[in-house]
Amino acid sequence: MASFKSTKIPIYPKLGEKVTPDTLYWKNYKAPVQIKEFGAVTSIDFSSLAPHNYAVTASTRIHIYGPFSTEPVKTFTRFKDTAYSGKFRSDGQLLVAGCEDSMVRLFDVSGKVALRVFKGHTKGVHVTDFTSDCYHILTGSDDYTCRLWDIPNSTELTSYKEHTDYIRCGITSKLNRDIFITGSYDHTLRMFDARVEKSVMTMDHSQPVESVLLYPSEGLLVSAGGRYVKVWDLLKGGQPLVSLKNHHKTVTCLSLSSNGQRLLSASLDRHVKIYNTTNYKVVHNFDYAASILSLALAPDDESIVVGMTNGVLSIKHRKSPEEKREMAGKQRMQPVYRIFVKGRNYVPKKDDFLVSKPVKSHLAKYDKQLKKFNISKALDTALEPEITVAVMKELDRRGTLKNALAGRDEQNLSQLLNFLIGNVVDPRFTPVLVTATEMILDIYQAVVGQSSVVDRQLVRLQELVEREVDYQQDLLEVLGMLDTLFAASLPRKEVPCPGSKTVL
Amino acid sequence: MVEHAEIRMVHRGGSKINFREPVITNDSRFLLCAAGESVNVYSTSTEEYVHDLQGHTDLVTGVVLNPSNHLQVYSCSADGTVRLWDFTDAILIKTFIIGYPIYSIYVSEKHGGVVFLVVPMADYKSSELFQLVAVHLPHSGDQEVEARELSAVLCDVSPHAGAASFGREGEYIASVKGLQLEVFFFKKQKSYRFSLKSGMKKGAKNAFTCVSCHPKEDCIATGHEDGKIRMWRNFNQKKEYTYSTLHWHHGAVNTLCFTPEGTNLLSGGIESVLVHWHYTQENQKDFLPRLGAAITHIAVSPDGSLFSTSHSDNKITIIQSCVKVSAVIQGLVKGDGVWTNLIIDPRSKALVLNGKPGHLQFYSLHRDKQLYNLEIVQQEYIHEEGLDQFEVVNAAFDARGNWLATVEERRKKGAELEITLKLWAYDELTQSFVLNTTVTAPHEDQITAMFFSPSPETTMLVTTSLDGHFKAWLLADHSDANEGFWACDFVGGYHLLKPGCCSFSADGSLLSVGFQEVVTVWSPASWELLTTLSQPPGAIRDLCFGRLSCSKYLLGASTKNQLCCWNLLTCSLEWSTPMDVSLLQADPLSENMAAFCSQSGSSDLFVFKPSEPRPLYSQKALCTGKVQHAVFAPRDQMLESCEERTQWLNRSQLYFFTQHMDLLTFSTKTEEDRLLASSKQLMVDDSVAVTPFYLLLGKHRGQQLEKQEALTNPMAERTQLPQGSIAIKELLHTPAHVLPSASFLCAMFVRSLLISSSSAREEKEHEEGEREKEEEDSEGEADPRLGESAAWGPPEEFGAPALTKAQERELRKVKTFDHSWLSSLLDC
Repeated sequence: MASFKSTKIPIYPKLGEKVTPDTLYWKNYKAPVQIKEFGAVTSIDFSSLAPHNYAVTASTRIHIYGPFSTEPVKTFTRFKDTAYSGKFRSDGQLLVAGCEDSMVRLFDVSGKVALRVFKGHTKGVHVTDFTSDCYHILTGSDDYTCRLWDIPNSTELTSYKEHTDYIRCGITSKLNRDIFITGSYDHTLRMFDARVEKSVMTMDHSQPVESVLLYPSEGLLVSAGGRYVKVWDLLKGGQPLVSLKNHHKTVTCLSLSSNGQRLLSASLDRHVKIYNTTNYKVVHNFDYAASILSLALAPDDESIVVGMTNGVLSIKHRKSPEEKREMAGKQRMQPVYRIFVKGRNYVPKKDDFLVSKPVKSHLAKYDKQLKKFNISKALDTALEPEITVAVMKELDRRGTLKNALAGRDEQNLSQLLNFLIGNVVDPRFTPVLVTATEMILDIYQAVVGQSSVVDRQLVRLQELVEREVDYQQDLLEVLGMLDTLFAASLPRKEVPCPGSKTVL
Repeated sequence: MVEHAEIRMVHRGGSKINFREPVITNDSRFLLCAAGESVNVYSTSTEEYVHDLQGHTDLVTGVVLNPSNHLQVYSCSADGTVRLWDFTDAILIKTFIIGYPIYSIYVSEKHGGVVFLVVPMADYKSSELFQLVAVHLPHSGDQEVEARELSAVLCDVSPHAGAASFGREGEYIASVKGLQLEVFFFKKQKSYRFSLKSGMKKGAKNAFTCVSCHPKEDCIATGHEDGKIRMWRNFNQKKEYTYSTLHWHHGAVNTLCFTPEGTNLLSGGIESVLVHWHYTQENQKDFLPRLGAAITHIAVSPDGSLFSTSHSDNKITIIQSCVKVSAVIQGLVKGDGVWTNLIIDPRSKALVLNGKPGHLQFYSLHRDKQLYNLEIVQQEYIHEEGLDQFEVVNAAFDARGNWLATVEERRKKGAELEITLKLWAYDELTQSFVLNTTVTAPHEDQITAMFFSPSPETTMLVTTSLDGHFKAWLLADHSDANEGFWACDFVGGYHLLKPGCCSFSADGSLLSVGFQEVVTVWSPASWELLTTLSQPPGAIRDLCFGRLSCSKYLLGASTKNQLCCWNLLTCSLEWSTPMDVSLLQADPLSENMAAFCSQSGSSDLFVFKPSEPRPLYSQKALCTGKVQHAVFAPRDQMLESCEERTQWLNRSQLYFFTQHMDLLTFSTKTEEDRLLASSKQLMVDDSVAVTPFYLLLGKHRGQQLEKQEALTNPMAERTQLPQGSIAIKELLHTPAHVLPSASFLCAMFVRSLLISSSSAREEKEHEEGEREKEEEDSEGEADPRLGESAAWGPPEEFGAPALTKAQERELRKVKTFDHSWLSSLLDC
């Protein structure tokens, strides 16, 4: 004797983005923490020293936040004007920042007053960085110059005046203490060697350069400017490798994920895009509320910090493994009573006699009703659209869909109509629901006009269907146009006539 | 063409066992049912087939127990005879020749020596009207007796089996037809008729379907088309009869049956639920649901302990004390039709075709037994008439039997077609197929053909559909997941023509798809259209590549009476003949091809090689109607026939389905001889219920008995024979805790069944029975005996007074039997 076979709920293919390992990785962040700063957040820098505090430069202040604090652990306020580019030294002890008032200040992370103030630039300094030997500072300014400063003597070592517009980004090599690269609004990127007088390499980005980034190997350089992100091969003398155009507004910031496998770019179009560095395809995408000016990733991608033009700092922390497990645990069912009484961790002893109990198969509510041939109730007990549609299909197969739909009062009918309005144009359900809709219209033809609720819903349904028909027609037209375009663009190939090959 | 006497067409595969009501014997040990031209005897406890009663030359239409001797049965047949059998020994006792085709038979204890038969009315040659006649069976010593004294009892009766029934103590007989119930009283020699209104206006269908009379009281139960059961009482007058109505069935009541004591009424119908009405409290009823298919007949054993229900899917269920299904006798399921091709499962060598609704059945051709049903549709089957159900319409196995592809479809009236393609992987662990991939709507229209690529490197499936495309499906390998899934790899078409058939070449390097009149040849490796062949007019109906030495040929059968053969090397037509080929089938093991042609209402068969102009074998007028499906089934043992005409049957056997759903095959003389020999070996003593274990042991004992008769000196043997059985008995009756472990015994037992090579050599000249004897010896004793036989050798050779063979055998037996093999077992 066969047992009752439950209704099959078809699995519909998920439309939209595919689930890749990347999606899973980048989705595994908690809801963002938002902190309001005093002005647009222009720079974020993580300390390389645990616990990886980060410096946030906004307006005339630099705030230092702990990894999980929402209040700044430290604040530097000794700026006369807008501060720029607060950067930690690689040992995490010193912090340098530029300022609109052309002065460069060096702070001790634990102190309050600037240890050194470097004067020499004539305009605002937007770029500061430490060299890899920790004794020099690189600065770039709106006066078109970039300079190197000595920390112990607080003197200017060299000054390069090769750019012809504002210098808005720059980076020092982590492997060589003498090499640094700057990007400017004159569309060029220049690599300098402190040991020579002139730039050693120039690359044309052809857009005002907003951000530069060196790969850990320092063989590749990434620059962002305008809507483009470009990758340059430094070992081949600055040959352009790829040009990416995935944003529709200026790209403002670049960052690498901790393992160097993914490149992140932030833009004024409020998106952060994540690229695979092997094929430079976008693998993931974050949306933010406002245009993004700065972006930084904590070591090990523990958190993503994004600063926006409206002064909001958004911090996303990675979910810890315990939390993930907790989420999974919540879905688990409560243990059944008999296990609960025995203790959930009860392990049978050696001499225990195990009585295997046949597993009782539980039928879903709608299946129970279907088994008893209660067709109307079965339809009423099916809740989710997928299940409802599956039950409708099953009833249709049994030839009783009409009976199940008939004999409903106003409330019941309006529920049904609501469901139809919500789902009839869903391409996954349309084939089944169209039949159901036709049946409902047939059955309840006589009562049209008796209930205002039902009438309103019927009118809505009609509009919906009409709109859908229009859409379909438009789409077909577009398809036809595309077909002709494709046909015209295909190269004409001499097709051998099928008749000539056939040998009779 | 010459008729070949040595090739014979034979019926294969379970004839209908649900055709007529089965009979359970008085001791409830056997169940007898009409099966085609014979009566099959089954054991009720083990559901095993025991033997059959053969003799009728046409369909057997009824089986009843002889009321005066409970070891005999009457059977009637459409060949116009009633035969009396001893069913325990399968002996035909008497044949009564009636002279008219008989449609059913009724007997009653009160009317000894009389059988009541339903025969066509004498004056109406067309089988429209039937009458119930009483026939006095003459007492005569002859085997064949003419019994032509018919006396009509009732005119115009229904030929169906359940449409008449004897009342209390055989005093009256009730018969139903249409809207009329007729009761004939034998004492008064008078009949009463009771009519019902058709009731069509009220939506009721009052027509009678079956009748059953209460065995103890004057009460007649009738079943009706609208599912009602009416209980008639007080019917011995015309006016004041009464009836009450019971209603549970939603479809027609197919069958009714009272239990022997009359306490219960059983009814069954399309719902496949056995309903069990209590006679005294008519509102109370019990149900035995989910019996699998519509119930067509119910029979109760004379003591009322066993019920049997026949089902529309050619199955008989035996039910114990109305609650428990104790046995299921399943024949080859013949549903409404076979939509799938006949295919052979490469693993089990079973024939695979549609079984129960939504199932595929695996039917062992060699054992003539259903192996199992594979559920394909996986949906609750609603037993209701007029529903459009999902049906399996196509199935295919890959070359090694690892994958099974099935297509199921459901066509609603006026709505779109629902098609599902399912791919099943063979699971070694559970020894069955497990669903791997379900593709809903693989094509937009009906799938016409589906084949796996035979090449061993790739598992590829090709489906062709009326939507104008053919699709190739490939197993997408997933290294991380243990199992891959199937995905569409290529969609091909040719000028929007509808493909009707496809075929892979033997090595899988070429795929030919027939697009109406054009045959396209593709390379599955690159999906390149290699060439097109066409031979108008007429769309291509069937395509087939040649095998082995003929693999360069491609054969196509077109609708306009043409069979074409193309040479693929030259891309030219090799030959063509005007033949209306309805089915083309290639033998996978040889170059042979079978073509079935339909001509003027009957089918012809031609077996040929594509390279040779002359057919190897041809048979005209094979059967009436078109041959629907055919398949070459590989034999498990090759035949060594050298005859040219039968050579094509050496490697494989051709099975085919006729229009009437009969499974036929060709059999040769050598094969029949072999079958006959093997069936003799399997003669079974019926004192024990037949089980596979019994077949093993019973074979031994049967042959011992045979040998005993053959022996010259039976006295000495008789004293020894019981010993053998005692040994077995001892083994079986010894308390289990005393016996050594089963694994130990088993190894011993199995080894004892094997013939040691040396002793086999030695005894080549001996009778077979001799060998059987030695198998019972434990192998521990084999060694000394060998030594002895060697020691015996010389005297014989020296011409000393030679022992006769019988004496020698006896001597040896004495040697072997004084230490019974069991005692040696028990010692250790």
